Amino acid sequence: MITIPYLTALTTYFSYGLLFAFGQLRDFFRKILDWWSKSNLQGYAPICLGLEDFYIRRLYLRIQDCFNRPISSSPDAWFDVVERISNDNNKTLKRTTRVTRCLNLGSYNYLGFAAADEYCTPRVIESLKQFYPSTCSTRVDGGTTTLHAELEECVANFVGKPAAVVFGMGYVTNSAILPVLMGKGSLIISDSLNHNSIVNGARGSGATIRVFQHNTPSHLEKVLREQIAEGQPRTHRPWKKIMVVVEGIYSMEGELCKLPEIVSICKKYKAYVYLDEAHSIGAVGKTGRGVCELLGVDTADVDIMMGTFTKSFGSCGGYIAGSKELIQYLKYTCPAHLYATSISPPAAQQIISSIKVILGEDGSSRGAQKLAKIRENSNFFRSELQKMGFEVLGDNDSPVMPIMLYNPAKIPAFSRECLRRNVAVVTVAFPATPLLLARARICISAAHTREDLVKALEVISSVGDLVGIKYFPAEPKKQQLEGERVKLE
Amino acid sequence: MDTMFSAFETMAKFVSDWGTLAFDTPYARAVVFGVPIRGHLLVEGLLLVVILFLLSQKSYKPPKRPLTKKEVDELCDEWVPEPLIPSITEDMKYEPPVLESAAGPHAVINGKEVVNFTSANYLGLLGHDKLQDSCIKALEKYGVGSCGPRGFYGTIDVHLDCEARIAKFLGTSDSILYSYGLSTMFSTIPAFCKKGDVIVVDEGVHWGIQNGLHLSRSTIIYFKHNDMKSLESILENATHDNKRAKKLRRYIIVEAVYQNSGQIAPLDEIIKLKEKYRFRVILDESNSFGVLGSSGRGLTEHFNVPIEKVDIVTAAMGHALATEGGFCTGSSRVIDHQRLSSSGYVFSASLPPYLASAAITAIDVLEGHPDLITKLKANIATLHKGLSDLQGLEIVSHPESPIVFLRLKRSTGSTKGDLQLLEDIADHLLKEHSIFVATSKRSTVDKCKLPAGIRLFISAAHTESDLGKACESLKRATALVLAGQ
Repeated sequence: MITIPYLTALTTYFSYGLLFAFGQLRDFFRKILDWWSKSNLQGYAPICLGLEDFYIRRLYLRIQDCFNRPISSSPDAWFDVVERISNDNNKTLKRTTRVTRCLNLGSYNYLGFAAADEYCTPRVIESLKQFYPSTCSTRVDGGTTTLHAELEECVANFVGKPAAVVFGMGYVTNSAILPVLMGKGSLIISDSLNHNSIVNGARGSGATIRVFQHNTPSHLEKVLREQIAEGQPRTHRPWKKIMVVVEGIYSMEGELCKLPEIVSICKKYKAYVYLDEAHSIGAVGKTGRGVCELLGVDTADVDIMMGTFTKSFGSCGGYIAGSKELIQYLKYTCPAHLYATSISPPAAQQIISSIKVILGEDGSSRGAQKLAKIRENSNFFRSELQKMGFEVLGDNDSPVMPIMLYNPAKIPAFSRECLRRNVAVVTVAFPATPLLLARARICISAAHTREDLVKALEVISSVGDLVGIKYFPAEPKKQQLEGERVKLE
Repeated sequence: MDTMFSAFETMAKFVSDWGTLAFDTPYARAVVFGVPIRGHLLVEGLLLVVILFLLSQKSYKPPKRPLTKKEVDELCDEWVPEPLIPSITEDMKYEPPVLESAAGPHAVINGKEVVNFTSANYLGLLGHDKLQDSCIKALEKYGVGSCGPRGFYGTIDVHLDCEARIAKFLGTSDSILYSYGLSTMFSTIPAFCKKGDVIVVDEGVHWGIQNGLHLSRSTIIYFKHNDMKSLESILENATHDNKRAKKLRRYIIVEAVYQNSGQIAPLDEIIKLKEKYRFRVILDESNSFGVLGSSGRGLTEHFNVPIEKVDIVTAAMGHALATEGGFCTGSSRVIDHQRLSSSGYVFSASLPPYLASAAITAIDVLEGHPDLITKLKANIATLHKGLSDLQGLEIVSHPESPIVFLRLKRSTGSTKGDLQLLEDIADHLLKEHSIFVATSKRSTVDKCKLPAGIRLFISAAHTESDLGKACESLKRATALVLAGQ
């Protein structure tokens, strides 16, 4: 849980209030100036009414250069960030041809498969020559090749379930599966900090949605008991089915889900469990099999396991793994399988090759090395940051670590100062996080060496001093104190 | 005894004196309808006291008894959920044929070479040398995935180049790339249409648009498939008593070439209606981009309508451009708004860079070789001529649409029966004649009610002999299957 110091909360509210007041003032002048010049949209309502894009026009545009930074190389541990300039006070940004070589702390490259890999890339190019970059057809019509069949088997084996089905995009996987499984008269209970794709899928399904407090199994139990006892709203008929949706690693908090308790509660109340392992598959666990392996949960207890290949496998797409009947049913009814183009064959080959590397089936131990490296890197980085006095969220072993910033002015300050020192970080603010809790999010990769991490720590420490985000006192060096104590005895 | 009696007498006299006073005092008298009433104040006073007494009583409410823990436990034990999925029937076990080679105009299934009519590779660009080269270069430089959403270092320079190229080709000011064709429509629509807006949409649109409409929570009105009279009457009804046009946004959504029936939307009439009734038009050009119009610029070129009149144009690139993904194009205001409020763009990883560079090369090839479009048009015309005298099946798609849609002339009465018959024809075609076609399949969550049929996707890479063979085989297969019915 994040406990924000009172003074910081006050200053943050004050800053937002000031920005809001200035924004309203400028809107007022803009309205007067627009009276003079008439637009040619007579009779049409504007695409965005006044307050809908207030946040975008008056707050976001000021710090627009911290987001959407283009790169011109692969998103590896070091990459080239393209410089942009603005002639009209950040309203529009133009690309230049200058690039800066920066350390990458922002891309989702957990196992280092982002750039051209010695085992994967030759095989990917082979597949490209054999199967072309796309099949231009849906899976049920003529888009299933031998590569797709091999991929699904490979994924099912890796995750530990009998069967799997693969789609071309992770977002669509969530949005198209939930409407098929849950309809009117069903209940979806989802964690309060679930990703937008799950929220959209739940809304599109027509089922009733209830939310439980983030990662609190006791509150989940309370909600389940209440809902089963009350039944459907207004008619009080019993629910048709109940599904609990949780994520493996929450991308904005870096926390692991409390899976064993949640699974036992769901078993007791006969609810189905849907686990979204977008960030955790391939990145945690002894052999990279995700949250279930790390926390010791049997995969047969989780009804539906979903994940994406964008983060740890360096490709694109999403999968659903479950029992054979479930996958057969999904292949017959899911709109993403019936109407969307199948996953691109080179991307499929990348996934197969990277799974082989992780499992060690390519004949080398690179997979085990990568997994050990990412665990080591994450734990080292997190403990060092905490020692320096930053407020870092997340559990041990999780490669995602958010650093709290709180004040809106510190967001662009942190981002720009780090870029000046050749470190690229990601800062997140409202609406992806609550208004007061803006943060910078670091994603560690197995491709980072110890020197890279030490440099990053130096830069972050100096920028942190400059910007003022060391909210906790730094730990003093322990060795001197222990030396004195030994002397006394 | 005597004193008590006399005390009692005094008290009674006292009370009666007060009573007479209350009754007889001047202000205790009223004259109502000519009748003097005496002592009404006393009665009113008593009434007031009674009222106050009643008000101070608590009203009767049945006591609220929340469920005890034991009762909740019992309810939870008794509750039995439905199974997660219904039981598997025979037709759910259908497995599509697995290709052993690429999905070009000729493919290999089960060791045999077949003519492939299921891949929407309209211009035959799959396997083109230039596209393969640009993909290989991009793979070597950037790897496969882009490892991040567009806002967090997932924007690679090929994405920006691709967006600029598409905008230049179509003549609009800007465009935005999506990483999947299906997500383009269902992310664009909720970004612009909010609760309370009015959307008029054709009833034959595909699932992506239907899902976008559902997520937008606007008021949705369907008009008959490709029927302009129905559209006009609905527009008339929707606007004739609407005075709040300043705040309400109104949209018409149509597809250029409908995936579910192969019809082409008459854009010139739609633009006339749009201007008359002040609606905005959202057009889905997935199957017409690179196909219609003399240089492949789509439906707007086909009908000679300037592209500024269409407010939002979206398309999936998995058809003529032979890559994956989708794009949306329009004025800069429209595109900039989507960069922050379109959920499929903001919350999802960006398109792999090699697919974006393939798209750029595909547009370059298309611009440099307009003869591909003429070849495609010639192929479509040949197929229409060859299939004009087919028995049992009729062509219901537009003569210029690249999707040739064949429907049963006489339906068996149920959709299931129709589908079974069509699948038998398709199976026979594949096994005996080595022609690979696809029947239309519907999901359980799809609301489209158009009848099913057999779809053939024509490509510019199909040769004359391929088309001739297809026509012959179709005639023989339909005669066989429908005769044995």
